[in-house]
Amino acid sequence: MERTAGGDQNSGLTAEQKKQLKKERRKAKVSGKATQSTTQVQTSFPGTDASSSNVLQKSKAELRAERRAKQEADRAAKAAMKAEQTSGGSKLKGPQVPANIQADDPKVQKKAAKKLEKQQVPQRAEGQKKVALFSHLHQYERSLSITSNMGFGNTGIHPAIIQLGLQYAEGLITGSNARCAALISAVCRVIKDYVTPQHKELSRDLEMKLKPAISYLNQCRPLSVSMGSAIKFMKLQISVCRKMSDSEAKSRLVDSLREFVRVNIVLAGKAISDSACTKISDGDVVMIYGNSSLITRVLCDAHKVGRNFRVVVVDSRPKLAGRGALRRLRQAGIQCSYVLVSAASYIMPEVTKVVLGAHGLLSNGYVMGSVGTSMVAMAAKACGVPVIVCCEAYKFCERVQADSFVNNEIGDPRDLLVKTNSHKSNPSLLDEEDWKQMDSLKVLHLTYDVTPPDYVAMVVTELGKIPCTSVPVVLRVRSTDT
Amino acid sequence: MEQFLLDLKREKYNGSYDLAYKTINHLRKIITQTRWANANELMAIIREAGKRMVSAQPSEYVIGNMVRRVLKIIREEYVRIQGESEESVNKGSLHKMVTSDQDFQDFNTPLKELKTIVMEAVNEYIDEMEASIHNIAAQAVEHIHSDEVILTVGKSRTVEAFLKQAAKKRKFHVIVVEGAPLYHGHELAKSLASKKIETTVVTDSAVFAMMSRVNKVIIGTHSVLANGGLKAVNGAHMVALAARQHAVPVIVLGAMFKLCLLHHSALGGNEASFNRLSSPQEVMDHYEGGTEILSDVQIYCPTFDYVPPELVTLFISNIGGNAPSYMYRLLSELYHPDDHEL
Repeated sequence: MERTAGGDQNSGLTAEQKKQLKKERRKAKVSGKATQSTTQVQTSFPGTDASSSNVLQKSKAELRAERRAKQEADRAAKAAMKAEQTSGGSKLKGPQVPANIQADDPKVQKKAAKKLEKQQVPQRAEGQKKVALFSHLHQYERSLSITSNMGFGNTGIHPAIIQLGLQYAEGLITGSNARCAALISAVCRVIKDYVTPQHKELSRDLEMKLKPAISYLNQCRPLSVSMGSAIKFMKLQISVCRKMSDSEAKSRLVDSLREFVRVNIVLAGKAISDSACTKISDGDVVMIYGNSSLITRVLCDAHKVGRNFRVVVVDSRPKLAGRGALRRLRQAGIQCSYVLVSAASYIMPEVTKVVLGAHGLLSNGYVMGSVGTSMVAMAAKACGVPVIVCCEAYKFCERVQADSFVNNEIGDPRDLLVKTNSHKSNPSLLDEEDWKQMDSLKVLHLTYDVTPPDYVAMVVTELGKIPCTSVPVVLRVRSTDT
Repeated sequence: MEQFLLDLKREKYNGSYDLAYKTINHLRKIITQTRWANANELMAIIREAGKRMVSAQPSEYVIGNMVRRVLKIIREEYVRIQGESEESVNKGSLHKMVTSDQDFQDFNTPLKELKTIVMEAVNEYIDEMEASIHNIAAQAVEHIHSDEVILTVGKSRTVEAFLKQAAKKRKFHVIVVEGAPLYHGHELAKSLASKKIETTVVTDSAVFAMMSRVNKVIIGTHSVLANGGLKAVNGAHMVALAARQHAVPVIVLGAMFKLCLLHHSALGGNEASFNRLSSPQEVMDHYEGGTEILSDVQIYCPTFDYVPPELVTLFISNIGGNAPSYMYRLLSELYHPDDHEL
C-alpha cells in the first residue's frame, strides 16, 4: 500500500511540511465533500436509486485514492528538491541585485541599515526632496558631516580611511584614476598599521577589517568602477597570503597593491597615450569633454611629440570640470577653445575628432561616463565626426545597463542652486529658499550617463584598439590571466 | 523714427513678441502721420522705413516680417476696394499673364477710403497678434494627455501659457532644461511650480540621459524659417537631436508673425546675421577667464541654434497645427512675392 512507502519518506519531513500536508488533506477532503454534495444534489433530482448510491460510494473511494496519489507526488517532489538543494548548493541562486539601487524597498533598506550598524558605520540620512523618477536610488544631501559620531580606537575604522571618505564626500578627490590611487594608498597605510590579534589568521581578519571600511567609503560616496576593480584585486591578494608570516604577508600585500596602481594606471596610461597619439594628426581640431586625467595626458604627450592641433573643451554645470582640463592644456601650450555643452552642436562643424574619457565600460558595450558624454557623442555622430574613447582595461566591468536610470549617482541638488541671499552671478538662478518652499519644484543633479556603442568608433586601451562591443572578451581574457 | 532705430540697435525690447508689437505700432504711426497720395506711394514709404529698420538690427527677422505683412495688407485692401477678389492679386499664373490686359495692379489710383480701411486691417492684425498666445494655449488640451512627461528648454512665454492652460485639466510632469549660461529654465520652473505643476530642473548635460523617459518635447522658438527649420534658443538643437534618437516627437509653438521668408545657409555668408555671439562673460567670467594662463582661450557663447526641419514633428501656431514641410505654403498667405526683396 502506498501508506508504507509514504511512511519511509514521512520521517524526513519537517514539522512545517507536515502541517502543509495536513492542510492539503483538509482541502482535498472539503473539495471532495463539495463534489460529493453536488453529485448528491444532481442525483436527488431525477430520484434516488440504488445504483446512484453505488456510484456515490465509488466516487468517494476514487476521490480518496486521487488525494492520496497527489500527496505522494507532493512528498516526493519536496524530498527531491531538498536533496538537490543540499547537493547543488548555489545553483538556484542567480546574480544578486545590489542594495544601493533598491532604495525604495523598505525591507532591503532595513537589512542594509542593520548591516551598517553591525559594522559601526554611520548611515547617511536621505534627502528631503527626492525626484520620483529616481526613487530607487539614494538621494543624499550634503548636510551634517557623517563622521561627527564616529569614534576612534582599535575596533573602529582606520583614520586614513576616514580622511579618504571625507575627501570623497566633499569632492576634493575626483576622477576615477585619482580615487582608485587614493584608495590604494589609504589601504596600504591600513595594512602597515595592522597587527594581527591573537588566535586569528591575517587573511581572514584583515578582510573582516576592510569590510566596514569599504561600507563607510560607500556611504560617503558610491564606489566607482575603478575602486570596485581595485577592491576585488585586494580581496584576491589577501586570500592568497595564507601560509605566511605576518610581516611577509604585509609587505607582499603592499607591494602587490602598489604594482596594481603602477601597471593599471601609470603604465596603461603610457601605452594608451602612445597608441592614441597615432590617431591625432596635424591640423586636427580635437574636442574633449570634462576633465579626464588620461585624456589630458594623451593630448599633452601628442603635443610634446610635435603634433600641431588645437582643442575644443566642452564643459557643463555644475561641476565645471572642463576648466581644470583647460588649465592643464594651456600650461602645456596647446591652443584651446571653450564652450558649454549646449553649444556643442554649434561648434561641431569645425571639429575633426572627439576624444572622450570613460568612468567605466559596461559588458554590453555601453560607455559610462560623466553626465553629458552622451550628448557630445550624439552631436558628433550627427555631424559625422568620429568618437574615440580612451579607457584603461581595469575599468571594464561586468555590469550591463541600457539606460542611465537604473543605476546612477544622484548628487546634491544644491549644487545647481544658489545660496539664499548671496550674490547671484545670474538673476534667473533659483535659490535654495525657492526650492525648499515649493513642493512641486524638484532639482535633479545626475552624475553619470551611458553612451550607446553605435556612437563610439573605437576604444583605445592598453591591450590595443578595440570596438566597444569587445568588452566581455577583454574581461574574460583578464580573468583567466590573474 | 530715429528713436525707434536707436532702440533697435540697442536691443531695448523684450523678446520677439514685444519687438513685433513695437514694430507694427511704429508702422501704423507712419501710415497715419505721413502724407501719401496713393497705394504705390504708401508702399514705397513703408518699404524705405523697413529697409532702415532691418539694417539696424539684421538678426531680428520679425521686423522684416511685420513690414512685409503690412505691405501685403495694403495690397489686399486696395484690391478689395477695387472690387476684385484677393486671390487674383497673389496668383501670377501663366494664364493670367497671357490673357489679361493689365499685367499687374499698378496701385496708382488714389482712393479716399484706403487710409481708413488699411488702418482697420492693421488694427485687426494687431488684435490677432495679441491674441496669438491665448489661441495657441487653447490648443494645449488637445496635445497633452495625463501622466505625460514633457521636456522643455529655456523660457518661452508661449510654452509657459501652453503648459499652464493644460495643467488646468490634466496632470503631467515637466522637465525643464536649465539652459546655461542664461539659466532661463530656472525662471520657467519657478513659474510652473507656483501653479502646482510637477517640475524638475535638470542640467543641459542630462538631456540625453533623461530623454528615454520623456513623452514629448515642447519648445518655443525665436523664428521659423521658410523651409520649416527653426531659429531657436541655444541648446534646442541638442535637445532635438536627442529626441530624434529616442523617437520622441518635438512640438514647436510659435505664432504666425514668427514665420520668415529667409532660408538658412550654414556656409559662411548668412552666419553673421543668423547667430549672435554674446559676451563670453556669461560662460566664463573675467575673474577666471582673464588670468594669464587662460587669456588666449577662445570662448564661444552663441545665442541661437539652427534646428533643421527633419528634427521637428509639429508646429502649433495660432491658426492650428502644421507639419514643417507645409510651412512654406503659409508664406504665400502672409507675404506677397513682390515684397520678398524689400
